[in-house]
Amino acid sequence: MAHSFLPDKPIYLQLVDRISSEIVRGERLPGDKLPSVRDYAIESGVNANTVQRVYRELEFLRVVETRRGQGTFVIENQEKLNQLREDMKQKYIDLFVTDMRELGFTLEEMVKGILHYQEREGGSDD
Amino acid sequence: MINLQQVTKKFGRFSALKDCNVSIESGKVIGVVGENGSGKSTMLRLLAGSLRPTHGKVMIDGAVVTRKISEKLAYLTDNNYFYPYFTIQQLIDFYHSQFNDFDRNKAQQLLHFMELDSSTKIKHLSKGNVGRIKIVITLSRNAPYLVLDEPFSGLDPMVRKSIITSMIRFVDLSQQTLILTTHEINEIEPILDEVILLGSGEVVAQRSVEAIRDKYQMSVVDWMESNY
Repeated sequence: MAHSFLPDKPIYLQLVDRISSEIVRGERLPGDKLPSVRDYAIESGVNANTVQRVYRELEFLRVVETRRGQGTFVIENQEKLNQLREDMKQKYIDLFVTDMRELGFTLEEMVKGILHYQEREGGSDD
Repeated sequence: MINLQQVTKKFGRFSALKDCNVSIESGKVIGVVGENGSGKSTMLRLLAGSLRPTHGKVMIDGAVVTRKISEKLAYLTDNNYFYPYFTIQQLIDFYHSQFNDFDRNKAQQLLHFMELDSSTKIKHLSKGNVGRIKIVITLSRNAPYLVLDEPFSGLDPMVRKSIITSMIRFVDLSQQTLILTTHEINEIEPILDEVILLGSGEVVAQRSVEAIRDKYQMSVVDWMESNY
């Protein structure tokens, strides 16, 4: 139970995001086996029904696949994983833009701000 | 499957439960929540067959609940009900002799998980360890229904955490249904599938926890407060 959950979003979606992020960051590699439902339930402090739902959702998103009798694995299709990475990027951009718009910034100001940020940080991108 | 059909329970002139309709699917973790005196314990005692409804029907797996439900329902109460002079081992032997579904292997694993020594006498256990041993005894039964009344009451955060982890680890939701009452809702929320909210003896609402988060963007506690 190392992690806590946000109160305003379904727990299974938070776990879907968590595992997707781990895959995008390369902490879980193509072909890696995910923990069993029970083990992941214990690890994340939720019940097995929730983990089952998480794995089902990830399977539906084609991020993982279940091999009968063997368990659940990160898919090995690199194209699909690139897609996941791209989707996550887009999702966070959308969130950023929405928040900034609510504060009254225009898209142009945001782009300028990001370019400025890049200059300030020396464009390093590791 | 559990069904309460128009259940009323009166103690004298006082109605502890009023016209309650509840249905609980198997394989879920259900939290019965509500203020003190809202009828939570009464509802659990009706399920456990230790009380009979004044009106209405309490049904489990299609049959009216009687005391014999204890064959397939393990019930943990808030009271102390162990012989103080028993050792933990004697307690386990006793429960094993009383219940066909008592799994000694599971009991050993649970004792190990809770870091309890089977030679300790019950009367020498701290309050926290009494809380733990009650969980050991209850979860060691492979009963289809586990009904826990205030399993966290008076216990510190470490003990509460070990009990929650033991529920995840040792309850098999493909064969078991877990129903519990507690005021420690924030802590238990991640393992709940549904909550049944009681207020003054009535069922105010029954909802899936994920639906509450999804629909109202609220934790269960905030949602409860918005319902009162």
